[in-house]
This record gives sequence, C-alpha cells and structure tokens, in this order.
Amino acid sequence: VVEALFWPALLGYGEAAFAYASARTSRTATWGVRLGWLAQTALLVVQATRADGFPWSTWAGSLNLFVWLVVGAYLIWGCRPRFRLLGLSVMPLAALLFGIARLGGGTSAGTRSDYGNLFLILHVGLVLAAFAGFTLAAGLAGLYLWEERRLKGRATDILRLRVPPLGTLEQLTRRTILVSLPLLTLGLAIGIVRQRRDGGSFDALEGVTLLAWLLYGGLVLARPHGRRAALIALGGFALVIIARLALAGGHFA
Amino acid sequence: MTLTLVGLSHHVAPVELRERVALDPDAAKTLAAQFGDAVCLSTCNRTELYVDGATENEVVAALAELAGEPLDGVLYRLHEEAAALHLFRVAAGLDSLIPGEGEILGQVRSAYEAARPGALLDHVFRQALAVGKRVRTETAIGESPASVSSAAAALAAQVFGELQGKRVLLIGAGRIGELAASNLSARGAAIAFVANRTVDTARELAQRFGGEPIALSEIGSRLGEVDVVVSSTSAPDPVLAAADVPARRRRPLFFIDIAVPRDLDSAIAKLDGCFLYDIDDLEAVVAETLAGRRIEAARAEQLVADEAARFRAWRASLDVVPAIASLRARAEEIRTTELAKVDGRVTDDERRTLESVTSQILNKLLHLPTVRMKEAAISADGATYADAVRHLFGLEDER
Repeated sequence: VVEALFWPALLGYGEAAFAYASARTSRTATWGVRLGWLAQTALLVVQATRADGFPWSTWAGSLNLFVWLVVGAYLIWGCRPRFRLLGLSVMPLAALLFGIARLGGGTSAGTRSDYGNLFLILHVGLVLAAFAGFTLAAGLAGLYLWEERRLKGRATDILRLRVPPLGTLEQLTRRTILVSLPLLTLGLAIGIVRQRRDGGSFDALEGVTLLAWLLYGGLVLARPHGRRAALIALGGFALVIIARLALAGGHFA
Repeated sequence: MTLTLVGLSHHVAPVELRERVALDPDAAKTLAAQFGDAVCLSTCNRTELYVDGATENEVVAALAELAGEPLDGVLYRLHEEAAALHLFRVAAGLDSLIPGEGEILGQVRSAYEAARPGALLDHVFRQALAVGKRVRTETAIGESPASVSSAAAALAAQVFGELQGKRVLLIGAGRIGELAASNLSARGAAIAFVANRTVDTARELAQRFGGEPIALSEIGSRLGEVDVVVSSTSAPDPVLAAADVPARRRRPLFFIDIAVPRDLDSAIAKLDGCFLYDIDDLEAVVAETLAGRRIEAARAEQLVADEAARFRAWRASLDVVPAIASLRARAEEIRTTELAKVDGRVTDDERRTLESVTSQILNKLLHLPTVRMKEAAISADGATYADAVRHLFGLEDER
C-alpha cells in the first residue's frame, strides 16, 4: 500500500515540476499537485495507522511531513495561473525532498518512536508547519526579486509573461511569515521546555533555528519593504534549509 | 433564405472612401431598412450590409450612391457560410486593425439590436456575438494592452497591484499624457496633482480629474506624496533630475516619461524603489503584447472556423426540417385517428395506456429517420432525402 501511494505522489509532484514550465501545461501541473498531494495524504494516513507512536519522528520521516505541509500550503492559493512560476520553484523542491525522504526511509510504515505523541505532534508539527510557511515565503520573495529585476530592466515581455504584481507578492510574503512565525515560536518553546526537563544539551540545529527565528522576528518588527524584505526572507529560508537538511541528523538521533 | 454580405473595410478601402460610407447608428438603421431583412454594421474601419433576400446589386448600388463613386474594386461580396465566417471573425476582433480589440463586439451587438432581423440574420448574429464572447474568454487575445497609454497603466498595476488609492502626478498637459492619466484613473488611481508651465492649462486639466494644479517648480516637493508620475511636456531639457527624487523607504515610485525629448533623468531608473519607463520602452512593450495577440489570434481562428462549421450544419438542417415536421405531423394524425376508433370501448385507464404506448412506438419509429435526415442534410444529401420522405409518405401536398 505504501509503495502504491508513494509513487503516484512522487509522479504527481514530478509532473507538476515540469509542467509548470509552460503556461499551456500549467493546468495539468495543478492537477499533478492536487493528485500527488492526495496520494501523499493517504500515505501519511497509512503511516499514522500503522505506527507505534508518532510516525514522523525520524529525520527522513519529518522531511516527508514537511513536504506534505509545503505542498498543502501551496495548494491553498498557489494554484492560480498567475502563481505558475511559484509552482515552478516550489514543486521541484517538493519532489526532490520527497525523494530524499524515501531514500532515508521516511515514507515507510510501521515505525516506532521513543517520544510521546503529544510532544512530537506539537513540537515537530508546529516547527515543520512554520518551515513550510517560510519555504513558501521564500518562493514568493524569489518571485518578487525576479519580477522587480524585469521591471527595472524594462523587459519587453513584462505584460506577456504575467506574474502577480510586486505589491501583491510583497504582501503575501509578509503575511505568510506573520502566520509562520508564531508557529515556530510555539514549536521551539515546547522543544526547549522538554529539553530542559530531560536535561538535554543545546545542539547546532536549535542554534540555527533560533537564528532563523531572530531573523524573521526582526523582519516582522522592522517592517522593511521591497527588495530588502525579500532578501531577508530568502536569508531566513537559507537558515531553514541548513536546519532541515544539513544539521537535522544529530537532533533526531 | 440566403445570407449575403456586401461591404468594404480598412483592408481594401482607404480612409477617404471609408469616411464617405461611414454611417451613424440611425443612418445605418435607415439604410438597412431599405432592404427589408438586413443589418448594417458601420464603424470607422468598415461598412457592411448583411441581407437576407435582397439582391446583391441593389446593395452595391446603395453603397456606391453613398460613396459617390463606383465601388467595384473595393467591395467584397460573400454568401452563406463565407459571409457567416466573415461576421464571426469581425465579432471576434480578428478582422480588426489591432487583433482582438474589444470595441467591435459592442458595435456588432448595437447593429444587431437596432435592426431586429428575421430568422436567418437573427441566428447568424446571435452566433457571432457568442463567438466573440467565446474568443475573449477562451483565448488571451484581448488581455494585454494595445496602446502606449494603456500599457503605462498596466505597468503601474504590475508594480502596485490594485491602483485604487494610488496618487498620480501629471507633468505637462500633452494629449498622450492625458490619455495615460485617463487610463490610470479608469483603474482607480487618483490624479492628485497636475503640473504645467502654463498654470491655467494645469488648472483646467486638474479640474477635469479632480486634482490640484501646481507649478513645475513644485514637482520635487510633491514626489513624496505620489506613487505614479506621468510626464509629457514639450520642454527641451529634463524637468526632473535623479537628485531631486527623495529616497523611498516604504513605497515604490513609478515614472512614465512619454515626452520626446525625454523629461525625466534616466538615472532615476537606478534609484532604489523607482521604476522608469520612457516612450521607447512603452512602445517595445506594446509591440511585444501585439505579437502575443497575434499568437492568440491563431487559436481564435480555430474557434471561429468551428463555429462556421456549426452554422453550415444549421443551414443544411433547414432543408430537412419541414419534411421531418410533416412526417411527424402525419404520423401523429394517424395515431389520433386510430385511437379515436376505440373511444367508448375502453376504460379511462386503458385509454391512457394506449396513448402512452402508441406515443412511444411513434417516437421510437421516427427517431432513426429523423437523425439520419439531419446527418444527410449536413453531407449535402438533405434535399434528396427530404424529397424521398415526402414521396414515400405522401407528404407532397404539405410542402
């Protein structure tokens, strides 16, 4: 069952990653995202029913959940034709991370967890939901910088290759971060409280995540605009990627 | 019923000739009325008469009289499907000077509504209006701006999103600048200030847009209060230097320079948060969007061709429809007569059952011949089939 759900999901995401490249096939891409996400949802349900405890407590498992959250958040409003280029940046990343999650064993069923369900649901769930939001915000910020460059450079196809206006992109980036930051705050707080109780040590992953939290917090407080805000959002995302891919192993162990 | 089109357009007739045959709506209606069942479509780019029944020569003579000279070399004369296809292309904007321009669809609608035509013209014009709408919704032919002034407004919207609440400073009272301001205003922007060398002219234009007239020397001090600057003066030197533009921390500032020589320092484009488009940039954007329209036009042509095929099928079905109606009427007459013979010998319930059963038998029996006749009509055998049915069932008298 797990195999039968993993491959359609990867196929859907992979198809979308390519089909978003052309305006003519973007509708097919959107269907790829929808069907892939449904297949992945079913996969997560199967994992949840067969697991002993929280099924995504490993590094690869959490990556699986992270991909589901990113695509889910993208599906809320990203499927509109004008956001095609956002799909072109989000879906290849989603397909790649989903593949990595499988290689790491994060898409298999029947896992065991040493932690309590509630703690993991809150800590992992909230942190990953926040990371998913920051990923989307980074996609929007990237799109902002690209469109701003085209406008500054007076690209002749500026009105033919339609993307959302700069104002809309900036506003959406900011709102996505505003929603994601409290989730990260709460997820981090729960993790830190638990760590203090159990006497664990502060690791590099937590350090980088705190740095990202400070950066996004600064962005929310200082309210920079335009190019500066987009660059900060991308800087925050770089920290998220480091936390997600480079440093995650030790923390999960 | 025969659909005939006689007309001339910008493709074949020079403007001096077109303006002589161009008619206002009332005159167009009067001209159409001369030919009984007719619709006259008259715009600055075309004058066309769609008629059902009248002779082609009468229409040609009427147009030649309007023009004051023979029109043999410039008139096109089309019939039936070719005339319908032409009308569909016109309604879709495919025959326009700028492919996909939207105004023509409204003009076709007005011409149709003014004429109140008979069945054939009513059908073809209704279909043309539907085609025009379909082309606009199913292709992107009409989405992008086709003029410098509308491109300027579209670019501003690409920076800010909604232009509602955005404030515009208009420098100079040039015609093209005013057009750009109108386009911005139509998208919700407010023309906050009008600056001009002659304050009276500035005041006049400011009053029209509900803005405030200011002197050219005040431009720099007002830049902090606006989002869009449109400049179109005839000044020989730049009216605004990059050094006069205050640093933008919170909002972008969009400059449109439509003047030749240019009014705005090109270094403004390098400032953070500032975007500058001059006339060459805008014309390049328009050229690109027009190229996009031409690509979409190829898709629209396919839609129009499909509709023309549907028109042909409809016209062909008209040959067999009277025969089908006669056949059904004859069958119903026989059924009713035979049912009358059992009156008084069956109960009400039995009567209802008989009614229902005989109706079903009739419908099932006539279904296939009806379908086959309609199919034959499309493949040009319709008249032969219709004659055969009339002969076989003795319907000749009902022609």
